[in-house]
Amino acid sequence: MDKVWNNRAWFMVLPVLILVAFNAVVPLMTVVNYSVQDTFGDNIFFFEGARWFRDVVDSDRFHAAFGRQLLFSATILAIELPLGVAIALTMPRGGFWASLCLVLMALPLLIPWNVVGAMWNIFALPDIGLLGYGLNYLGIRYNFTNQIGAAWFTVILMDVWHWTSLVVLLAYAGLRSIDDAYYRAAQIDGASRWAVFRFIQLPKMKRVLTIAVLLRFMDSFMVYTEPFVLTGGGPGNATTFLSIDLVKAALGEFNLGIAAAMSIIYFLMTLLVSWLFYTLMTRGEEQ
Amino acid sequence: MSTLELRNVSKAVSGESHISNVTLRLERGSLNVLLGPTLSGKTSLMRLMAGLDQPSSGTVHFDGVDVTGVPVRRRNVAMVYQQFVNYPALTVFENIASPLRVAGRSQGEIDKAVREAATLLKLEPYLDRTPLNLSGGQQQRTAIARALVKGAGLVLLDEPLANLDYKLREELRAELPKVFARSGAIFVYATTEPSEALLLGGNTATLREGRVTQFGPTVEVYRHPVDIETARTFADPPLNTAMAKKIGKKVVLSTGEAIAVPGHLGAAPDGTCTIGFHPHHLSVAGKAAKRDCLGAKVLVTEITGSESFVHLQHGDDRWILLAEGVRVYEPESEVRIQLDTRHLMAFDGAGRSLVPGKAA
Amino acid sequence: MARIELDGIRHAYLPDPKADSDWALKELNMQWRDGGAYALLGPSGCGKTTLLNIASGLIRPTLGRIRFDDRDVTDVGAEARNIAQVFQFPVVYDTMTVRDNLAFPLRNRGVAEAEIAKRVGETLTMLDLNGLASRKARRLTADQKQKISLGRGMVRADVAAILFDEPLTVIDPLMKWELRSQLKLLHRRFGHTMIYVTHDQTEALTFADTVVVMFEGEVVQTGTPEELFERPKHTFVGYFIGSPGMNVLPVAIDGGAVRLGKHKLAISPVKTGNLTGKLELGIRPEYVRFDPNGLPIRIASVEDIGRRKIVRGRIDGNDIVLIARENEEIPASARVAFERGRAGLYADSWRIETKG
Repeated sequence: MDKVWNNRAWFMVLPVLILVAFNAVVPLMTVVNYSVQDTFGDNIFFFEGARWFRDVVDSDRFHAAFGRQLLFSATILAIELPLGVAIALTMPRGGFWASLCLVLMALPLLIPWNVVGAMWNIFALPDIGLLGYGLNYLGIRYNFTNQIGAAWFTVILMDVWHWTSLVVLLAYAGLRSIDDAYYRAAQIDGASRWAVFRFIQLPKMKRVLTIAVLLRFMDSFMVYTEPFVLTGGGPGNATTFLSIDLVKAALGEFNLGIAAAMSIIYFLMTLLVSWLFYTLMTRGEEQ
Repeated sequence: MSTLELRNVSKAVSGESHISNVTLRLERGSLNVLLGPTLSGKTSLMRLMAGLDQPSSGTVHFDGVDVTGVPVRRRNVAMVYQQFVNYPALTVFENIASPLRVAGRSQGEIDKAVREAATLLKLEPYLDRTPLNLSGGQQQRTAIARALVKGAGLVLLDEPLANLDYKLREELRAELPKVFARSGAIFVYATTEPSEALLLGGNTATLREGRVTQFGPTVEVYRHPVDIETARTFADPPLNTAMAKKIGKKVVLSTGEAIAVPGHLGAAPDGTCTIGFHPHHLSVAGKAAKRDCLGAKVLVTEITGSESFVHLQHGDDRWILLAEGVRVYEPESEVRIQLDTRHLMAFDGAGRSLVPGKAA
Repeated sequence: MARIELDGIRHAYLPDPKADSDWALKELNMQWRDGGAYALLGPSGCGKTTLLNIASGLIRPTLGRIRFDDRDVTDVGAEARNIAQVFQFPVVYDTMTVRDNLAFPLRNRGVAEAEIAKRVGETLTMLDLNGLASRKARRLTADQKQKISLGRGMVRADVAAILFDEPLTVIDPLMKWELRSQLKLLHRRFGHTMIYVTHDQTEALTFADTVVVMFEGEVVQTGTPEELFERPKHTFVGYFIGSPGMNVLPVAIDGGAVRLGKHKLAISPVKTGNLTGKLELGIRPEYVRFDPNGLPIRIASVEDIGRRKIVRGRIDGNDIVLIARENEEIPASARVAFERGRAGLYADSWRIETKG
């Protein structure tokens, strides 16, 4: 093989490498370090092997948090995807109104996440918040600070409000790329609105929707800021998702070993799902 | 640039071979057509010549110097695409001037070069317009002018006329050889249409499935293809073929009919072969015709006003006969046709030409 | 099958058309007979696709009425007009098999399953798609997909007309021949009314019984391929049809006869009075022959394109093109003559009557 290699470009990557090394690789290695050791303070460490990992995998607390997390992600996907696609279908194809809709859709995505959490916290308070007061006024007993159902309802509603726009924008882009001829052919074939959606729009949006599912799953799996600011993980641990649980263990209880092990497992799970999605996406494309 | 050479160039992408073992030598001031169906590797080959892609194996040489690893920016190449690629926000003048501005030439030089190119491509009245206000033909002329003004040694055109109307294509195609001749660069022109290759002249390389089956002066390749694949690639209307057996001085077809072996095939070996001939070498036999006459059934006739294409069924083969003028034949009727064997082609079992001296 | 009548059709894409140039289609009156094969031929922007979309119901014309067999369908949408349309690039439903693709229009109209199976089977055989019936439509080649598009139209027994919008654009030259002859065979066998839009004169002339040549929203000439080739009414038709197009040479009237440069020709107009404006002679390259007694020509180039040679030259400074046969010798000092009865005279680009 006669390929000519030019390796000078690697030098340009060096500063980034050093930065990433300090901010990511070294801390990651520290976490791995902690996950196989125990300490009673004073910087004295004892090697524990896989004990923390076994503890985590066996612990009920972890299972509960994991279960809650899965339920949350599944609910989010089940609501946001169809809703996002439905909204994208109703958006106009071009002109002034299309631009206006796009801007409105983008607004929730621009708000910092802890602000979102704080907003909804106040919004849902039963005594001074519009939502909380309004629901109680209508006769529904609603208080997310001490009702599990209400807390879940509010957390999910907040996430839907915050992130459906992303699905809408992605689906809209996918729809715009469908050539007009398909719609005309469907019109001539006498296809119903549903048939047009099922046989033309949905298949052509497949790639875009896969990206949407991947993004939303990843984000919801790692969700921390918004539910934490909204409910603090409560009432009790009703809305304590994996990441919240992790932080509680690490910072709240200063149980570094368990927290580190949980982090590693969490990381590996995320990695596995990403890889699965990526393979599915690229395999679909090759076809 | 005086010569462009590709030596044993191959390109494979994720296990699939796009280009296999291509060796070509192109000379200064020549117009070289890459002819082949879609996905035969024309664009891949041009990208390798330009330096947009690296070959998996083999080398590319400009004037004998190995430039395989040299990126496209430094290769002095210009490219024209099928989709009229122009800068939408710039006027025609600025579009044509853009490569010169990047090269840092003086305003006076730019002015002169742009006006020359515009005159050559008949764009003077449009210099102040933006591409969106031009017709397809004018947009493509702008793209070609921009490619030429650069003074590149190698100009690549990837099916540049494919998106134009039939008549605009005809017009531009008639002008291009003169435009190219003035520039002196090496031109490589990709197309799927055999008639375009013949109209442009120059040299032709026929491609099929990533391989160059033949390269040479266009009319040579057309008249003396080295194999049946080349003959098929170069035929528009499609090549008529039939399985036959050469026995001494006769060639016997599957229907039992026999035709006399023409002089140029006299030395070919006996045995099974495939004969090939163009539609205009068939004619409807007059009453007095006796030699090389065959029977066939008419399927349908297509009339273009000046010519008629008669689709025939002969045994298991479908043939096309090209007749001058308007001829109408009843479908399903039987006709006697005569074969002009002066340019008859014959290929052996492996598809190689049996015409002596022209074997691959 | 239906007879289609276009009555006073005018169309503008802008909401408030004022000038002539705002109208995509200027006044059109046409009749397409039941079972006819028509081609709408013209350059980009001449309005042929607009006209097709008006006929299919995808566009409502600004002015004018359309009738299918005496039934006014101007306000009727595409699906109720019972037409089929094949588009420029193949439109198939990717997720369905070939068979389901063909069944789709029938299923939408509530046809019984048994009837659907029968019609789909017939259409598959007609188009030679039986081997691919169970394949997913996504995986097929461009020409196979176009056949499916065509099939979706033919599968409906009562389809009024099949409209084609430049359907061979993405097809390779070799496959074009096969598809074209197949279309012609299908038209012969089943006699659907077929309207074919294209800018490619070969496609138009080989397909249609009647060709409508259009330019800038108007019909320039309607006729059989032979008529358009032999007697173009306008120099545009002469230019647009034929490859290369008709030679148009400026001439003058000299004592009742036509003069080209210094040479008098044997052709003359019937009415010599009141001949104002540009006078031109139209002669097709196919009818210009080498003749030792003819007009002297300076040959500029000879292009050998295999089955013929295209000879370009000049007569007294006027460009002229002629076609020579494959094995014909080109004489060194050449003279050419025009075949009797083949030339036409054009005043202001419109053909006038001649004798000789």
